[in-house]
Amino acid sequence: MSALTLFEKLWQAHKVSDLDGGEDLVYIDRIFLHERTGGVALVSMEQAGRKVRRPEHVFATMDHIVDTHPGRGDETLMPGGTAFITTTRRAAKAAGITLFDLDDKRQGIVHVISPEQGIVLPGLTIVCPDSHTCTQGAFGALAFGIGSTQAEHAMATSTLRLTKPKSMLVDFDGALQIGVTAKDMILHLISIYGAAGGRGSAIEFAGAAVRALDMEARMTLCNMAVEFGAFTGMVAPDDKTYAWLKDKPYAPKGAAWDKAITDWQGLKSDAGARFDKTIRIDASKIAPTVSWGTSPAQSTPLSQKIPKPSSQEDKKSLAYMGLEGGKKISSLEIDAAFIGSCTNARLSDLRAAARVLKGHHVHRNVRAICVPGSSAVKRAAEAEGLDIIFKQAGFEWRESGCSMCFYAGGEGFGKGQRVISSTNRNFEGRQGIGARTHIASPATVAASAVAGHICSASGLEVSRG
Amino acid sequence: MAKPLTALSSKAVPLLRNNIDTDTIIPSREIKGVTKTGLAGGLFAGWRYESGREINSDFILNWPQFKGAQILLSGANFGCGSSREQAVWALAEYGFRVIVAESFGGIFYNNCIANGVLPVRLPNRSIALLAKMDTDIEVNLKTQMIGGISFKISAPHKHMLLSGLDAIDLTNESMDSLQAFEDAYFAKYPWVKL
Repeated sequence: MSALTLFEKLWQAHKVSDLDGGEDLVYIDRIFLHERTGGVALVSMEQAGRKVRRPEHVFATMDHIVDTHPGRGDETLMPGGTAFITTTRRAAKAAGITLFDLDDKRQGIVHVISPEQGIVLPGLTIVCPDSHTCTQGAFGALAFGIGSTQAEHAMATSTLRLTKPKSMLVDFDGALQIGVTAKDMILHLISIYGAAGGRGSAIEFAGAAVRALDMEARMTLCNMAVEFGAFTGMVAPDDKTYAWLKDKPYAPKGAAWDKAITDWQGLKSDAGARFDKTIRIDASKIAPTVSWGTSPAQSTPLSQKIPKPSSQEDKKSLAYMGLEGGKKISSLEIDAAFIGSCTNARLSDLRAAARVLKGHHVHRNVRAICVPGSSAVKRAAEAEGLDIIFKQAGFEWRESGCSMCFYAGGEGFGKGQRVISSTNRNFEGRQGIGARTHIASPATVAASAVAGHICSASGLEVSRG
Repeated sequence: MAKPLTALSSKAVPLLRNNIDTDTIIPSREIKGVTKTGLAGGLFAGWRYESGREINSDFILNWPQFKGAQILLSGANFGCGSSREQAVWALAEYGFRVIVAESFGGIFYNNCIANGVLPVRLPNRSIALLAKMDTDIEVNLKTQMIGGISFKISAPHKHMLLSGLDAIDLTNESMDSLQAFEDAYFAKYPWVKL
């Protein structure tokens, strides 16, 4: 038998049949919805008189436009937002799917709570009408974002009609330097190969530096595969994966767990397996990185200068960002700092930020906000006193949700405001009309919040003497 | 069920920029209801309007010669970013039936197929040629031609667009083989079944 990639194994295990003309019918094990794009899919199915085929395999959460202020209810700051919540709630109940509602202890951002609940497992296919579903590929699952119409298809038939993507290996060899994170790895990759560098590919992240990452960091890495244009990202499961998932509510138990582990141990690319494309990166050369433009590809090490524009696009990005090429990126004063999102709002992210913040206060010109990725993350952080560190440093401490990762007409940052953010997208207007987003790791966000300008955690230590 | 698409003739709007993301195509603040309609007004809202709802006459979509255009030309990685299908619903409701780009965001591409919008991948130089044409451009999906240039599209996607068929109806014809697959699959991986 020929050597297979992890992706090929996942694809073959789920392939129901060949469809005419090069598509495959692919079995979908788990479907997740959220109120922003899932409600419309459920309503559309109702209108067409269609039933969810396996409601026990479909889950929904409230994360995208829910209020994140303490004491929240169904009211949202986004005009009309309440309808998304109430419609999704009603339709989820009618369809008989499991809903992690606002008052549920398990509520949180879909890609944070799915692993917390053991809903994603190695070897599964899992989809959600949300582009960052690739986050969950960190568990050795085939996890990918789809549209709402495709979500209807997946719910009605337990399948999707898909053209098989090409495979890509991104091998991060060597060891990261101290202070360099998974966020820096993925920004580095995208800045070198472009926002379409992984176009349409199922990417396996591998190599010593990936093996060394904990599960939460692997999620950060896979999360931004879509910002690289990929179909999805994944990491082969290993002992860290099993340890993370063991005893999670929806994970198999007892003999079923043992049987599953035996199977999962085969979920890796065979020696000599061929990828359509391979990228090799020396992880030791990666530095803390931050975006300067309006695409994640427009990123640079914190120690560097903002590049001089080499294209019309660079000029447009610089104009939107209110920047000039040639200036040091670390000299940029900021108005706000945001820690949150499916990219970087898990417990390890909050710990990393708190380590920087402890004993310090954010700069007087900076508004700083922390939104834990899930209600469980929030409780765990509070149990170890991280909330106190954030609050004493001058951060707002919120309820879980996607919050100001994107502007939906409610809360957002102001025109021309410069925001350092642990999120995934620095698109025009993403965090507010005319707001200027720089994406970076939680440690960099925390350090910048204290310094009042873009700054790495090590840079902050130096400037403090 | 989407509107079938076979052939059309229209002006083409050249919005020749790379990495136009779905946040730009329809900002989240413009998605105001749990429906697939009422979105055209929010299309490219950040670029189409000045502060408030005043028309930005510099933005190419607002130029009078492009009123009613059904073809949009763009650069690489069009529709990258968020999976929001509202981006395609907004484009379609506005009147676009054909989007030409060097490449597309993957989810966006599939969303086009699901909604009767033809995504055409062409090299940069071909897009530049189309952008220079100031007459109407002929698009024929059957012959896979646009403005005298041939393009590729997979057979199933072409079929979906030409017929306007619903993918769920098509897949429901395969339910017997699905049941057989599922029985064997759950027997082999019993922990998958909840």
